[in-house]
Parts: sequence; structure tokens; C-alpha cells
Amino acid sequence: MTVSSTALLAAETAADAPWLLENVWLVPALPALSFVIILFFGKKLPFKGAEVGITAISLSFLLALGVGGTWIQRVDNAEAEAESHSEEALVVSDAEAGLGDPDTAGIAGVEGEQALATPLAAPAVPAAPVVEAGGEAGHAPTPVISELDWYTNGGTTHRIGTLVDGLSAMMLFVVTFISLLVHVYSTDYVAGDRRYTHFFAFLSLFSAAMLFMVLTTNILQLIVGWELVGVCSFALIGHWWEEKPNSDAALKAFLTNRVGDIGLLVGMIILFFAAGQSFDIVDINEKVISGEISHQLAFWGAISLTAAVMSKSGQFFLHTWLPDAMAGPTPVSALIHAATMVVAGVYMIARLYPVFFEGYSIAGSSIGVLGLIGATTTLAGGLLAFAQDDIKKVLAYSTVSQLGYMVLALGVGAWTAGLFHLFTHAFFKACLFLGSGSVSHAVHSFDMKKDMGGLKKWMPHTHRTMMIGSIALAGLPPLAGFWSKDEILAGTGGWGLTGGGTGGNGSYVILLVMGCITAVLTAAYTTRMVYLTFYGEYRGHGDPHESGPRITGPLYILAFMATIAGFFNLPSAVSPTEGFAHRFEHYVEPAGASYFPAIAHASFNWGLAIFSTLLVVVGVGASYLYYFRGLGPHGLTERNSTARAGFAFLKNKYYLDHLYTDGVAGGTKGPLARAAYWFNQHVIDAIVDGVGRGAAATGIFVYEKIDQGAVDKTVNGIGRGSRGAGRGLSLAQNGRVQTYASFLFAGVAALAGIFVVLV
Amino acid sequence: MLLNQYLLLAAVLFCIGVYGVLVRRNGVMVLMSIELILNAVNLNLVAFAADLGAPLGVSGQVFALFVIAVAAAEVGVGLAMVLMLYRNSSSIDLDTVDLLKG
Repeated sequence: MTVSSTALLAAETAADAPWLLENVWLVPALPALSFVIILFFGKKLPFKGAEVGITAISLSFLLALGVGGTWIQRVDNAEAEAESHSEEALVVSDAEAGLGDPDTAGIAGVEGEQALATPLAAPAVPAAPVVEAGGEAGHAPTPVISELDWYTNGGTTHRIGTLVDGLSAMMLFVVTFISLLVHVYSTDYVAGDRRYTHFFAFLSLFSAAMLFMVLTTNILQLIVGWELVGVCSFALIGHWWEEKPNSDAALKAFLTNRVGDIGLLVGMIILFFAAGQSFDIVDINEKVISGEISHQLAFWGAISLTAAVMSKSGQFFLHTWLPDAMAGPTPVSALIHAATMVVAGVYMIARLYPVFFEGYSIAGSSIGVLGLIGATTTLAGGLLAFAQDDIKKVLAYSTVSQLGYMVLALGVGAWTAGLFHLFTHAFFKACLFLGSGSVSHAVHSFDMKKDMGGLKKWMPHTHRTMMIGSIALAGLPPLAGFWSKDEILAGTGGWGLTGGGTGGNGSYVILLVMGCITAVLTAAYTTRMVYLTFYGEYRGHGDPHESGPRITGPLYILAFMATIAGFFNLPSAVSPTEGFAHRFEHYVEPAGASYFPAIAHASFNWGLAIFSTLLVVVGVGASYLYYFRGLGPHGLTERNSTARAGFAFLKNKYYLDHLYTDGVAGGTKGPLARAAYWFNQHVIDAIVDGVGRGAAATGIFVYEKIDQGAVDKTVNGIGRGSRGAGRGLSLAQNGRVQTYASFLFAGVAALAGIFVVLV
Repeated sequence: MLLNQYLLLAAVLFCIGVYGVLVRRNGVMVLMSIELILNAVNLNLVAFAADLGAPLGVSGQVFALFVIAVAAAEVGVGLAMVLMLYRNSSSIDLDTVDLLKG
């Protein structure tokens, strides 16, 4: 099978894409509609709007399932036909390729030429994308794109539309699935809240915005979705804005994101002009791959976009908003951290992957900007999770850490591993967040040290599901987290890749070490969290109780998914049958597509798998001995000044908040205020004063000369004149009839005289 | 028959009438002066009628008759006004009736 056969096939099938894939706009439209309905009629409805939101998101979920199923079918069909065509593939002519749909025929033609060239000169395409499994090349059919004209400006027509491929189909599933469960969960969790209806309206809009962003065909639409997501997160984090810290957290989230958004705009503008004034994602990606956009431009574009990813996806050192975002209601935290807000950045990298791949020269490096950011984040976040007593903040830093893993994976070229981790992480992190919400519902607090402990006895369902989520997070086989994390580590280490150079990824040794340390840390802080919450003595007061079915139901579903999600991408070495291996990669990764770079896949390695499992066991074990058995150096922070300093460093979150508030904000606001004051006093005031004085002078002149001098005198003169005339004329009217008669006769005599003279 | 002599007589009468109207203070005298003016006009009409002869001149005589009738009516109204004037101000001096002035 060669590239050409699928390209041809794509040309044939693009014309008759399934109805569902062409009308996928329904998926974001339903929650958007629900937002409007809830906003206007929510309070009058029997369930205060919740039923509208749940109905809409359920329908969206069903549609997303349908889209996923249709896409899988499409990939399978494409493959089956490709196999039947494979004998003729080499004799494909351009004429035959041109028979298809005119839009795709051009692409097919180009690919056909490439394919004809490939057997002769292999290095023409940077890498034959397959190292591991021979048959995996180019299985991706063309994405289904349906677009409308949005508006035309300056001769460029901007379009809006939907793009369905494996990536967006997967994201649709994850977002709608998590969002649906969060909706159901919220009906219990925020029951009785004063802004219950408002809450559901924004949940709907949040989901709609994320789905809209996921389906984007161009970067303009992506920006719109991106910002919508940001606004919704602002509204939801600040849901209980009456308390100052909550509204502060919302503002912090919003403002920190603005910092990165500048990078987003700059990056998008660079790409727009680099691609010859095109916002189209496929177009940009193709141009980056073909080298039409130079490496330099791609690099600067990638750097700018990385800033956006750092703020949106909570990468070190712009992650500080993310733990504060815990001020929002717990279901929102679950939604933000599992499915929507924070994965937007990861999704954007995945969508514009060629820009990053070529820009950072990911193939053939042994260290890179993106990977380094990811690795630093994963390590920094993992360490911070130890110093937190708030269960949600532990989870928040864990999210930071896991997002670091995803970015690390994307930064080292392990695209599928990163996306797979996004997929599995969504389930177990949502499970953990919703579980922590269930716990806090029972003890009315988030403080693990003060108000929790020993909850296993009271909350068996929450305990059970959170244990599963924690094991998945820690990464013990066979739960979800293990498989995706192992893939990332394998990709970072570059196992199974043939050498460095352009043929494959370099092996990122330093980043691998950082990733492995984080694996230990993750296991350890997860154990700490579980211990402090569910084991030991109950330290709170009152009588905790298990939550209702609308809370435990979603927990069980998520725990189930956290258990099995890892099996969607089993390596072939472990898979029971060959057909079951690498399903996720097979259906999600657009390998061989014209808009996706040729990336190499690291392969599963038994040594690494056992090693990473051992790391987890070490982490869990150490933590177990320390907390459960009371062994180890307890009270070290009191005795040892170095340890105390280190702990304080973590406790204060690397002093980043201090740096931002006092250093950056404080350092700029003083001089800035002084400069503004000077400017105000000396420039603006002078101008205003000048204008005022000028106006006063003009006013005086106008008053004295024009108004008093000219206008008033004229008016007075007219008045005086008419009075005089009236006085004079009134003398004639003396009331005597004979005077009038004299005038009459005088007049007649005069007329008669004139008559006589003239005639 | 000389037309001139009649016209001259009529003109003299007319001037006397106008003089009376403009100068006399007595209301009755003013009315009488108006009669003079009217009769001057009548004299003119009859004179021209006689001068023009039978077919055309008849209309002039008829016109004079009409003027006499209208003059009678006018004097009726005028004397009534003078009477009312006298009753209100026990005087028929026209100079006292100057209330309608500016």
C-alpha cells in the first residue's frame, strides 16, 4: 500500500461523505441553543433549566457517538478499498486521479506525483512514516470539511465551517461525554444554589464553545472558540463571586490567559501572512509541510503559539491561574480540567502540529522548547501537589503535571501518545474531581488535613471510584493512566526508532529523566491524597454521608472508563489480537494525510513498561510507608533548615504568585502610575487647560463683540425703529372722519391729476 | 344747449359739496353736502344723457333716478346716525366723535 492509493481513494470518497459528518455543526449548535433557551426561559421551567441543558448535551453526545462511529467506518472503508486497489496503485495516472471531486483532485494529483516519485527517491518525503507496523501508512481518509462564507474583508473571504477527522471526532466524544456527566452531577451538587439556572446556562455555553473550537476549519474560528471558552471559564470560576477570593480567582484566570492570548494573536497573524493570507488550517499545515512557509516563520509562529498554550493549558510558569480556578464549583473544575478549557491548548498544538513539528525541528532534536516546557511543567506541578492540603488544589497541580506530560509528548513528536493521554486523563481526572466534590459535599470543606480522613467508612462508593481514579492517575497497569503515560515515556526515549536524524525522533534523554521522576511523584502524591482523605482518623466534625445517585452514578461511569480507556491503544506486544492493537492511533491520527507531518512512532518496550511500573510502585510504596505506617523522617521540616526552606518554597508555589503580584505587577504599576500621572499633569492637563482657556477667550470675544455689539444692537435698532414708525403713523389716525375723508379726496385728486397728465 | 354749462354747474356743486363734507362740523350739514355731491353727479348724468339723445341717453336718466333713490336711503341712515349721536352726546359736532383713534 502506498500513499497514492489512499490519496486517490480520498478523491473518490470525499464527494459522498456521510450526512452526519457534513452536518456535524449540530453538535455545538445544540448546547448553544440550550444556552439561549435557559437564559430566557430557564427560570420558568419546572427544573430551572437543567433539563434543557441535559437534553441538549445528551443529544450532542449521541451525535458525537454517531460521528465517531461514522468516522471509524470511514477509516475502515478507506482501508478496505485501499487494499483492493493496492495492486493497481502503482499504475495510477494523473488522469485517473483527476476524475474525482475537483476540490480534492488537486491534492490527489500532487500526492500521486509524489507517490510515483517515492519508489525512485525515498527521501523526497522526510520519512516513510512507518517504522513499527508496516501496514499503518496513510490509512487516514481525507477529513470531511463543510464550510460557509463568513464574511469578506479586503478581498479575503473568511470562512466558517466544520472539519471532521479522527482528532476532532475524538474530542467531540470526550467533551460531550464529560460534559453530560458533569451536567447530571451538577443537578445534585449545585441544587438550591441561587444562580442554579445561570450555572446551567453557562455549562451549556462552555460546552458549545469548546465543541465549536474543536470543529474549527480555520484559525480565526479557533480564536473565537478559544476566547469563548476563556470567557465561560471566567464566568464559571467566579460563579460564587460574592466572596472576594472567588472573583479574584476568576479575574486571575482571565488575565493570565490574556497574557498568553497575545501570543495566540501574534502567532495566528504570522501564520496568516506566512500562508499567503489564509486562515485555513489544512492550508497552513500543508504549506508548512511542503516548505512553502519557511522554517524561520514556522519557528516564530510556534513560539508565539506556545505562549498561548502555556497560559491556556497551564504550563509552567503561566500555570498559576489554574489552582486558583478551584474557587469555582467542583463540577466546573472537572469540566475545565478534564475536557474543555485546559485541553484547548493541547488541542491547538495537535491541530497545528506541522507548525510546531517543523518550527521546533522536533524530528532529530534531543531537546526542544515545547518538550522542555512540558517536562518542566510536569515536574514542577508534581512537586507542588505535595505541599497542598486542599484536595482540589492537589488535583489541580496534578492536572498541571499531567498537562505537562501531554505537551511533553507533543514536544517530542509522540503526537498520538499526547492525545491518548488527553483522552485517558479526561476520564480519570474528571472522576477524581467529581469524587473530591462528592467528599466536600459530605464534609463541607476541601481541607484534607482538617476536615477529612477515614472517610472510607462513610463513603464507600466515592472511595471505590476515587481509588480507581487514583490508581489510573498514578499509572499502575492495567488502568488507563499507565498505557498513555508509558507511551509518552517510550516516545520521549525514542524506543524502536531507527536512529536520529530526519528519519525519526531524537531521543530526549533529559526530558525522559524528568518524566520518570514525575511518574514517581505522581504515584506518591496520589497516595498521600488518598490517605489523607479516606484513611486514618476522621478529623472533621459532624456526620459525613454518602452522596446521592446523581453524584455516584457519574463517578461509577467515569471509574469504568478510567479502567478501560487504556485498552483503546494497546501496543501490539500486549494486545490479544493484532486487530485490537493501536486502535486509537489507527482512527485518530491522520497519518499520511496531506496536513499532517510524517512522524515516527516509538514502540512498546517491556523494559520501559516494567521500569515505569516499578517507579510507580516505589512512589506508592514510599508514600504508603510514610503515611500509612508512619515510617520515615516525619517532622523533617522542623529539624532540618534545608528541608524547611524547600517546603516553604513549595508551599509558596515557587513564589511565582509573589513574583507576579509584587514583582511584575507591583514593579510596573508604580512607575507606570507615576508616568501616567506626569503625562496627565503635563500633557493632558495642559491640553485641557489650553482648550479651556481658548474657549473662554473665544466666549468673551463672542459675547462682547458679536453678541452685544452686533446682534443686540441690530435687534434693538429694529425695535426702536418700529416703535418710532408706529408713533409717527398713529398721529394720522386721530379718529376724526373728516381727516380721513381729506386723505381720501387728496388721494383721489392726486390720482385724477396723474390721470389727466398721463392721458 | 351747451353741455359745458351744465358740467361747469355740476363741478361747482361738487366742489361746494366736498368743501361742506370736509369742513363743516355739523353732522346734518355734512349730510346735506353729501346730497350736493350726489346731485352734482346726477346733473352730470342727465346732462350727458340729454346730449347723447334718445336710445343711449335713456340709461343715463334711469341711472340718475337710481341715484336719487339710493341717496334717499342714505340720508335715512345718515339722519338716524346723527339722531343717535345727539342722544348719546347731546351734540352733533363731528369733532367730538373721535374715539376710534391710535
